[in-house]
Amino acid sequence: MALLDVRNLTVRFDTPDGEVQAVSDLSFTMEKGECLGIVGESGSGKSQTFMAAMGLLADNGRATGDVLFGGANLLTAGEKQLNAIRGNKAAMVFQDHMTSLTPHMKVGRQMAEVLVRHRGLSAAAARDAAIAMLKRVQIPDPERRAAMYPHELSGGLRQRVMIAMSLLCHPELLIADEPTTALDVTVQALILDLIREVKEQDRTSVILITHDLGVVAGLADRVAVMYAGRIVELGDVAQIFAAPQHPYTQGLLACTPRLDDVGKVLKTISGQPPNLQRLPPGCAFAPRCPFKIAACAERPPLRPAAGGGLKACARDDIASINRAAS
Amino acid sequence: MTDMAAPDVPPASNIGPDAIEGRSLWQDAWRRLMRNKAAVASLIILGLIAFFSVFGPYALAWTYDQIDWDHVEAVPPSLALKHYLGTDSVGRDLLARTLFGGRVSLTVGLLATSVALFIGVTVGAVSGYLGGKVDQLLMRFVDLMYSVPLTFFVIILMVLFGRNFILMFLAIGSVEWLTMARIVRGQTLTLKHREFMEAARASGGSTASILIRHVVPNVLGVVIVYVTLTIPQVILLESFLSFLGLGVQEPMTSWGVLINEGAAELEITPRTLIVPAVFMTATLFCLNFLGDGLRDALDPKDR
Amino acid sequence: MWSYLARRVLIGIPTLWAIITVCFFLMRLTPGGPFDSAAPVPPEILANLRARYHLDDPLWQQYLSYLWNLLHWDFGPSFKYKDFTVTELIAQGFPVSFQNGFAAILLAMVIGIPMGIAAALAQNTARDYTVSGIAMTGIVIPNFVMGQLLILIFGVWLKDTAVHLPAGGWNNGAFANRILPVITLALPFVAYLARITRGSMIEVMRANYVRTAKAKGLPFRAVVIHHALKSALTPVVTFLGPATAFILTGSMVVETIFQIPGIGRYFVQGALNRDYTLVMGVTILSAAIMILMNLLVDLLYGVLDPKVRYD
Ligand SMILES: Nc1ncnc2c1ncn2[C@@H]1O[C@H](COP(=O)(O)OP(=O)(O)OP(=O)(O)O)[C@@H](O)[C@H]1O
Ligand SMILES: [Mg+2]
Repeated sequence: MALLDVRNLTVRFDTPDGEVQAVSDLSFTMEKGECLGIVGESGSGKSQTFMAAMGLLADNGRATGDVLFGGANLLTAGEKQLNAIRGNKAAMVFQDHMTSLTPHMKVGRQMAEVLVRHRGLSAAAARDAAIAMLKRVQIPDPERRAAMYPHELSGGLRQRVMIAMSLLCHPELLIADEPTTALDVTVQALILDLIREVKEQDRTSVILITHDLGVVAGLADRVAVMYAGRIVELGDVAQIFAAPQHPYTQGLLACTPRLDDVGKVLKTISGQPPNLQRLPPGCAFAPRCPFKIAACAERPPLRPAAGGGLKACARDDIASINRAAS
Repeated sequence: MTDMAAPDVPPASNIGPDAIEGRSLWQDAWRRLMRNKAAVASLIILGLIAFFSVFGPYALAWTYDQIDWDHVEAVPPSLALKHYLGTDSVGRDLLARTLFGGRVSLTVGLLATSVALFIGVTVGAVSGYLGGKVDQLLMRFVDLMYSVPLTFFVIILMVLFGRNFILMFLAIGSVEWLTMARIVRGQTLTLKHREFMEAARASGGSTASILIRHVVPNVLGVVIVYVTLTIPQVILLESFLSFLGLGVQEPMTSWGVLINEGAAELEITPRTLIVPAVFMTATLFCLNFLGDGLRDALDPKDR
Repeated sequence: MWSYLARRVLIGIPTLWAIITVCFFLMRLTPGGPFDSAAPVPPEILANLRARYHLDDPLWQQYLSYLWNLLHWDFGPSFKYKDFTVTELIAQGFPVSFQNGFAAILLAMVIGIPMGIAAALAQNTARDYTVSGIAMTGIVIPNFVMGQLLILIFGVWLKDTAVHLPAGGWNNGAFANRILPVITLALPFVAYLARITRGSMIEVMRANYVRTAKAKGLPFRAVVIHHALKSALTPVVTFLGPATAFILTGSMVVETIFQIPGIGRYFVQGALNRDYTLVMGVTILSAAIMILMNLLVDLLYGVLDPKVRYD
């Protein structure tokens, strides 16, 4: 049985200007010890997919479908059951690391809370374990840092505290939302090494949400490409990077600068991201797609593609067009 | 390792927010407001109260200070005598008095708020826009004023300069502008470094014209919300002064005066207290609901 | 911290001095002395009065001697209560106002803050609407109307029942005489506190760090109490500072309605009678308390938010 099985997940938000459908009919599965990369442009629903899974949607959001994790359906689970899982078997590191720690509580105590709650440790024992974990994420002088308030730590340190906090209970699933954005390169490398270590040593499954295709290439086993709240392509990292089957994936890869591109103009995908309040009936990417055909007026299902992955595109010849072009 | 390239949206930098976007912003806000039932109902009730306060006295058979010499006593509501809500203890028509009192209370509310609005927006915009020494000085002064018990000051002013109507709204207005100044200053500070402001400055607009053409329209939203919430405060303050005998004087009347008179006859004719109290509370209710509605409409994320 | 305190107190002194000065000159420079409005007074008596109150000295001399006396806790003689000094009147009235105000603000906190939290945690439910409705009612019904209504109900209609309460008077601070005034005084503050707490709690519950706390698997209660409450109370404290200062120095309305001998009523009487020294004394006292409360609020911020540094 898969560790995580998401079926037909749909997330809607009520807003004063109407309903926003941030995630539409999304399905995928994930095995133990695997690392799944999630990529897609801003607003494509990457974060909200997993907020929904963890029961952390904003008040105006509703999720439908199933999220099966270790035999429980997280969407229908009661508060108690959910709280026994969150922070314990499944942990999440949030994108907004600057504001994700409680400002009026010392970071050591914020971390210790997790162990007191899930492992029943005494406050002192939990504090020692928290400090040990801070050491593991290579925070210098962890005792002193544990006694600090979040605003006394730099952004990079706060991000590492968040990661350390998520690892305290050795979760089976770690959801890392943009763990490296806005950090300097050495800290990025450090955090990626840490995630790799957790994945390989503890056989933790990792979901890695990122804008950075380089990070995905280095760490993920499989990658899901999201567009307008749907997965448009899903498959092995190597496979997708070598022969993307969806025009949007191609666009993304073309946008990523390589070292040998120095001096060339950066490519972009033309057109605007879709309006989630009024999604077109057909393929959401069609308005921006250079290869669109008549069949794109109907929504393409996610179906097996050449190379063993899945894709949601009406055409089968995208990869070959791409190869011919380059 | 770079961010995924953002799809090319038109650069927002050279669009002034008050130009094209501006109109639809206000239209959106209006649409949201109209969907808020409490706000719409408040708007209608307020309109009715204001309409009848202004024009009602002309349509009635009795004026507010006219004594019904045939009945110098509290007359219960009577259609035959054209005292639709009865009279007070000396035979003056209660409805006429309440409507006229509403006219006075609403006028004081509007005028005092305008005074506060004018001082607050000027001080706030100048302070935020010029910054530096001027800003420091003005904000020090505002801080100082905050540590003054303002109700006491209004009363002192009323006592010293005589209890007249004009002085009343000047006195109230001159203490109610502080929060407005702070809000406008905050907004101006955030606007100051936006591109369209830099552009306006670069093209050599004078400070006054930049303030009037770019700053004021952009702080309008918050200001409107705050105004809607200040008017009821002012009406309350006025009625409070009048209640203590420090506000408008006989034969003029206002809701506060009427409530004070009604209170004296509470045990015999509760009507004389209840009628003006209901009018006044309804007005305050509606203004508050409208203010909340406007805030939600202009700032939808803060529901 | 101590140096901050010292500095704040030092800033408070010139503020207070500025208020005293403005007050003094406003009072003395306006036309119409304290004895004008009264019935014609024989000139020789008037002269006596003026001499007794030093009204014939040059203005600057009056000002300096007023300041000098203030330093000695002497607010001067009352113009109208002939046998009392202002200091005596304040010494009589302030404890009464303080007790009522303190009881009212405590009552308001105990009721208003939990009400606001309860509403915020059940946003857009019947509970929330009930609280918002009560809060709005408390805000828009002026306390002079509310006071009269309570008198009508408990003092008049229920006169012959067990829950009858005195309609006014102080009766040397008998418990029954305090109930209605304290409730009247507290109600608007209950309303404001509920409203402010609700608003800030809703905002804080949407904060990223509250989401983090939920993601840790903490029970909802712990999330609210340990992670949300402290930040949510900041605006409440901001409101409470000046509100407490105001309420402690006596509510003019409530003391007038219920005929309570507090300094709020003295102030109103003083204002109506042009009793300059009394009005000034009460104003200065309340300004001093206001400054003190604002200082207290700033110190409380430090407890609520570690980012606040006193240096
Ligand atoms: N509370 C909310 N109310 C309304 N819309 C929301 C809400 N939260 C998120 N959305 C919308 O849902 C969509 C998906 O958001 P999501 O955070 O999942 O994007 P993302 O892919 O993580 O983007 P990014 O890369 O910028 O983090 C966005 O368009 C966003 O505006
Ligand atoms: Mg995101």
